[in-house]
Amino acid sequence: MTAPILEIKNLHATVDGKEILDGIDLIVNAGEVHAIMGPNGSGKSTLAHVLAGREGYEVTQGEVLYQGRDLLELAPEERACEGIFLAFQYPVEIPGVNNTYFLKAAVNAVRRHRGEDELDSMTFMKMVRAKLKVLHMDEGLMKRAVNEGFSGGEKKRNEIFQMAVMEPTLAIMDETDSGLDIDALKDVADGVNTLRGPDRAMVVITHYQRLLNYIVPDRVHVLSKGRIVRSGGRELALTLEEQGYSWLQVEPEPA
Amino acid sequence: MSDAVIRYREAFQDTAGTLPGSAIPWLRDARREAMGTFEAIGFPKPREEDWKYTRVAPIEKRDFALTPPDTPTPLDLGALLLPESAGAWQAVFVDGRFRADLSRTVPLPGGVHVADLAGSLERGGDELQRWITGAGHRNGFTALNAAFTGHGLHLQLDDGVTLDVPVHLLFVASGIADTIVHPRVILEIGKGARATVVESYAALGESPYFNNVVTQAALDEGARLDHYKLQREATAAFHVSTFNVHQDAGSRFESHSVSLGAALARHDINVALDAPEASCALNGLYMVRGRQHVDYHTRVDHAKPACTSTEDYRGILAGRARGVFNGRVYVHPQAQKSDATQSNRNLLLSRDAEVDTKPQLEIHADDVKCAHGATVGQLDEGMIFYLRSRGIDESSARGLLTYGFARGLVDRMAVAPLREAVAESLLDRLPNAEELRSMLS
Repeated sequence: MTAPILEIKNLHATVDGKEILDGIDLIVNAGEVHAIMGPNGSGKSTLAHVLAGREGYEVTQGEVLYQGRDLLELAPEERACEGIFLAFQYPVEIPGVNNTYFLKAAVNAVRRHRGEDELDSMTFMKMVRAKLKVLHMDEGLMKRAVNEGFSGGEKKRNEIFQMAVMEPTLAIMDETDSGLDIDALKDVADGVNTLRGPDRAMVVITHYQRLLNYIVPDRVHVLSKGRIVRSGGRELALTLEEQGYSWLQVEPEPA
Repeated sequence: MSDAVIRYREAFQDTAGTLPGSAIPWLRDARREAMGTFEAIGFPKPREEDWKYTRVAPIEKRDFALTPPDTPTPLDLGALLLPESAGAWQAVFVDGRFRADLSRTVPLPGGVHVADLAGSLERGGDELQRWITGAGHRNGFTALNAAFTGHGLHLQLDDGVTLDVPVHLLFVASGIADTIVHPRVILEIGKGARATVVESYAALGESPYFNNVVTQAALDEGARLDHYKLQREATAAFHVSTFNVHQDAGSRFESHSVSLGAALARHDINVALDAPEASCALNGLYMVRGRQHVDYHTRVDHAKPACTSTEDYRGILAGRARGVFNGRVYVHPQAQKSDATQSNRNLLLSRDAEVDTKPQLEIHADDVKCAHGATVGQLDEGMIFYLRSRGIDESSARGLLTYGFARGLVDRMAVAPLREAVAESLLDRLPNAEELRSMLS
């Protein structure tokens, strides 16, 4: 049997000396989609950032294996080149850097890393056009600076579009549904579902169940105070939708 | 009188008789008067508010050869000229002197009059009198320029004339050490006329020299002038320039100034919005490193109602470089409905780089819209992480962001070959130029 795509063991992490992750254990296998839910401040975004390698998050205990390798020793760009993609909760605006150049540079960085030839502009644009269509995105966006002046919905679509172009092995989506209207939510979900496949794993971080109507997860985990306090199938998300998160804090996990 | 001033006085006495048009009485008087002003005020002192952060002692102390050199011929100007595709009318000045043999002229439409200053003065130069005598002297440098004035260019457009091709004035230092030149550019744009002018400064060698420039422009009613300045002097050189612009009703002036070279570069840009509904947009980009020093001083006078001015100056500073920005907007009491915005943003790429920025709004009218802002900072860590999370290595991410910081200004340049030249110059100054070029191709 091959190694899981992602294996998190007893992960503890601090931000500014404050412990945010307090012993996370999680295994995500190829072909699986895992949802991580939890109230605000439970550590969901911190987990996403630790996996992507953002500075300022200090891992104090535990380990993270990606395809059997130590993930934490890799720089953010190495993680990306190895096939990890984080769809940001708040995509960053980058004035003066054109979307097309940016994305081509990203794709070619990954290709170089894999020892593949870089894509020329024509091949690249052909691929881009096909993927824009899936997300109902206007090609004009490619001529603009990265995320600059994009609406909230456009930014989120753009994240999933980038993901579609980068074709990651492990996709992590950090509250991709927040701030989306129903049409945008469906487009984003379509984009994500198109990417589902036996070789790819996904971690969908969300506060609400709504997104999971469209991206149906294999497993649902509930994060609270930096720990996974409950794991289950899709129905767990529905329970949370009905009852909120408060019941988790009074009812301890059965032994 | 300082030793330096005495040296200039003696040089003036020795050479005034050899300057173009030295026999013209009004010109002789104007030069003498300017020299008198220079003797009285000398070089700017650090105690003067406008020169607080820019010390000109290195210029004052340097023993520039005050008699003009013989220019070697021929010269290979290579990429310093605009490519033929630009269709530009190009005048070349080497060590301050107009060189017809190196210039590339194209036929110009009727109503466009362009002449090298020395030639015009030798022919009498009556049309230049009001420009040379009426300029006033803001400081020792402009006075010195007027005292030694005689070379440069005069462009005049009759009313209603549109000049589609750019006029490019290329001032080249040939590489002779310690030359000093005083170019003067006069731009006269008639009613409803339109022109695009490029002033560029470059060197064929590494030796120090001093370019002391004065540019004067007048835009008549409804005229439009797009002015580009590309300063790529030798790193050991000194460049001081004053650009005075006078605007009549409904005229439009756009300035794109790029300052990359010189040990010390000082740019004064003074715009008088002197009739209703005149507007100007001043854009500036400076990128310096090592021990370079760059200073932009702008002054915009909203003298009459309903005028608009925007300023966008951006600086990128590395090494131990120093930048100065001082932007003054003066809204006069009768200038109601004035609209003025000003922005100066600086990117520091090293700990030792430094910027002094001072936006100043002085508003003496009550119904106006004015805003200003200044920032000094490093590259945004959030942006760097975003790029890295997409597989772009840290050094390239920093390069891309630095380039992106400037790119917005570069994109505003309508003369395509110039825009490309500026973009290339920016890339050349980034540590991983080759990598970035391949990303941006």
